[in-house]
Amino acid sequence: MKLSLDPDVKVVLPDGSTRSLTTYLLPSALLMLAALMLMISMFLPYWSMTMTAPQYPKGLRVEVYVSHLEGDMREIDELNHYLGMKRLDEGGQLERSISVYAIVVLGLLLMGGVVIHNQWAGVLALPALGFPFIFVADLWWILYQFGHSIDPTSALGGAIKPFTPPVLGVGKVGQFGTIASFEIGFYLAVAALGVVLMGLWFHRAAYKPIVDARKRAQTLTAQTVQA
Amino acid sequence: MRCLLSTFLLFVLFVSACTNQATPTPPTGGLPSDAAAVAAERNLKPDDIYAALKTYMPSGQLDPYIMFASGGQSGQVLVIGVPSMRILKLIGVFTPEPWQGYGFGGSSDATLDGGNMPDGSELNWGDTHHPNLSETNGEYDGQFLFINDKANARLAVIDLRDFETKQLVKNPNAINDHGGAFVTPNTDYVIEGPQYAAPLGWEYAPLDEYNDQYRGLITFWKFDRLKGRVDEAQSFQIELPPYWQDLCDAGKAVSDGWFFCNSFNTELATGGVELGNPPFEAGTTKNDVDYLHILNWKKAADVFNAGKVETINGIAVIRMQTAIDEGLLFFTPEPKSPHGADVTPDGQFIVVGGKLDPHVTIYSFQKIQDAINAGGLETDQYGIPVIPLDKTKEAQVELGLGPLHTVYDDKGYAYTSLFLDSAVARWTLGGAFADKHPEPAWTLVQKLPVQYNIGHIAAAEGDTASPDGQFVVALNKWSIDRFANVGPLLPQNFQLVDISQTGDQMKVLYDMPIGMAEPHYVQIIKADKLKPFEVYPEIGWNPETMSVDPNAITDAQDARVVRNGSTVEIWSAVIRSHYTPERVEINQGDHVIWHFTSLERQRDATHGFALSGYNINLSLEPGETQTIEFDADKSGTFTFYCTEFCSALHLEMVGYFLVKP
Repeated sequence: MKLSLDPDVKVVLPDGSTRSLTTYLLPSALLMLAALMLMISMFLPYWSMTMTAPQYPKGLRVEVYVSHLEGDMREIDELNHYLGMKRLDEGGQLERSISVYAIVVLGLLLMGGVVIHNQWAGVLALPALGFPFIFVADLWWILYQFGHSIDPTSALGGAIKPFTPPVLGVGKVGQFGTIASFEIGFYLAVAALGVVLMGLWFHRAAYKPIVDARKRAQTLTAQTVQA
Repeated sequence: MRCLLSTFLLFVLFVSACTNQATPTPPTGGLPSDAAAVAAERNLKPDDIYAALKTYMPSGQLDPYIMFASGGQSGQVLVIGVPSMRILKLIGVFTPEPWQGYGFGGSSDATLDGGNMPDGSELNWGDTHHPNLSETNGEYDGQFLFINDKANARLAVIDLRDFETKQLVKNPNAINDHGGAFVTPNTDYVIEGPQYAAPLGWEYAPLDEYNDQYRGLITFWKFDRLKGRVDEAQSFQIELPPYWQDLCDAGKAVSDGWFFCNSFNTELATGGVELGNPPFEAGTTKNDVDYLHILNWKKAADVFNAGKVETINGIAVIRMQTAIDEGLLFFTPEPKSPHGADVTPDGQFIVVGGKLDPHVTIYSFQKIQDAINAGGLETDQYGIPVIPLDKTKEAQVELGLGPLHTVYDDKGYAYTSLFLDSAVARWTLGGAFADKHPEPAWTLVQKLPVQYNIGHIAAAEGDTASPDGQFVVALNKWSIDRFANVGPLLPQNFQLVDISQTGDQMKVLYDMPIGMAEPHYVQIIKADKLKPFEVYPEIGWNPETMSVDPNAITDAQDARVVRNGSTVEIWSAVIRSHYTPERVEINQGDHVIWHFTSLERQRDATHGFALSGYNINLSLEPGETQTIEFDADKSGTFTFYCTEFCSALHLEMVGYFLVKP
């Protein structure tokens, strides 16, 4: 990457050696970009379930955002009530209520790396790195709960064995074929993970020499003092 | 056989050349062998196969046109897809209709009551005649449908957002009508023409006072498009001589502001065959001519607004003398017991069928205006100016026996039904239409036999400012041998006719039996002009007010029963597959007010509510709210259940209504 920065603007390290400014701007830019991507992903669906059946020629679809659901929840709930399943809206209520704040915090932590120039930047980035995995694990848990809290007093509830709807891929429930898939918001979060890793890589490349140089300088000073 | 097949090949080629579709090209090498075997086995001729290909609608494909047909004596309206001729819906209008819960306890009871006689007595049927779609600038706009009840002189308004009847209006001064409903080009007014003369308000008067006491009457119902209702206070009538006015049509474009009605009893016949008088059928046909009525409705509206009216039985009437003095009404002769008055798409001409004369007479609007402006007209016995025929006639075309109604296409042809000849006549228009067709103007081009005794005729958007062509439907009164015998009362026969080709290439495509009544007229609109709701826009929608009902509930948790003295008010939620509440227990003699809200949002998830023993049945379409009110005068154990198969557990959608003695 060749940024058109003034080549004469240099960063002087404690040991007197110099580096280009780009070296230090790049990790900050990447971490901020990752934070931005996470912010954008809040407005995009993370996961969807599409259901097809003969009497639903257009299918039924629900899209899961980190903060809310969109789509045919009403009709899916209407059908699920025969099975004694909870309303879709009841799943992950806590997660959805805090998700916006949580993601903002993730982004702020990422941006901590802009001002914190040591290995703690990596520690602050850990929640963002783990976020897609946490999402999938939580989704699985929510789906597990849906399939394992069947109301036995519902019309068909007594006949249903506990089950977990698939997080990904095709399935079959009664006359419904189901297709579960991740959506653009999730992919953006995964991409943000990649950007964070890149950012940390360049962060280390930029600041480790300074830390090392400072250590060398301290060692040198100590030796001088001793001497 | 070989000849037959090769002819068929030609047809297939022709069809494939005509269908302008990007989708897979149809086979041009002939029928698939299995289809050819069917054609051979059934002895289908090339024309049959052409007709089949023109009308067959593969499962899931939708008709490009929708036809609204009067339901005749059923008092209803039929909705039919064209060209497949599949019945899509029956709309309850003047007669209670259980499927839609029309007149069985819900708000539609009040709609039906709007058509009661002035003394409050109920009329439980109607003789629907002429459906008319609302228009904007002379084009169907797909918003409303109007239809009259000939038997009792009533008008109905149907809202095409939900295909439900919203209003019935009883004409306060006429006891029967015929020439309705016809709209003006922007649906300012819906015209209800009269028919058999009677004294205003059908007061008693002996028939020997016919000339002085009996009157014709044309009603201009003001239509409030925003409210979707006729505004009776802004409506008015014009008193006419007792000439038995018949069918009307509004002028358009150049003739906008004018209205034309034929009549057929200038003889002033009063019947009395039992007294040795000529019966009506002879008495009314004696004269060589009757009068085409020419009315200036815009000027009449000004006269009404100026207050030059008398209020009779609650409605403003422009008396005949006022109409004469203000220059609202003119006559011109029309041959022998005529029928129909159909304005051409450009508004230049008015075509009147001769019925007992083999011609159609074409009047020029310009000539009529010139003659009116020239003045110096003689009058008839009631003082109404009569313009001589030679001053108004543009042309006469001899078509055959029994010409009745005329519709138009996009190629400058007119189509006239010939009742006695049992034929559809295609003939050429002149004037601005003369260079649209290859034949000379005002010429008969083809007579296509139809089966049998055609009355009305309709073409795709055929009475608008821009007809579509493509199809004509012949409304045949008799079917005789066209269908399996179902006893002495036989169905009518709607015949679909292909008019897509020029010259003498009209073809009958399809016979559709109507086994419920004698429909009179239909209108055919492009399907994509209709934009009905898929489900009601919001939960709690009241179809009468077209807004959310104050008694709607949006959650089953809000369902409740509240007693207030001897009145029990119930708010019920309805959703697959249960009512909330399912148990309602009250005391005999309680007054029940029961609100239902369908919480459904899924298309086609309709529920019913039938209460056994109480003559109550509702149709609760997705999102709909309905209220019923009745006295629980019968004690006992009653069930209520869903009458529209809604789900696998539909039979379980039930409840108990317990009335303690």
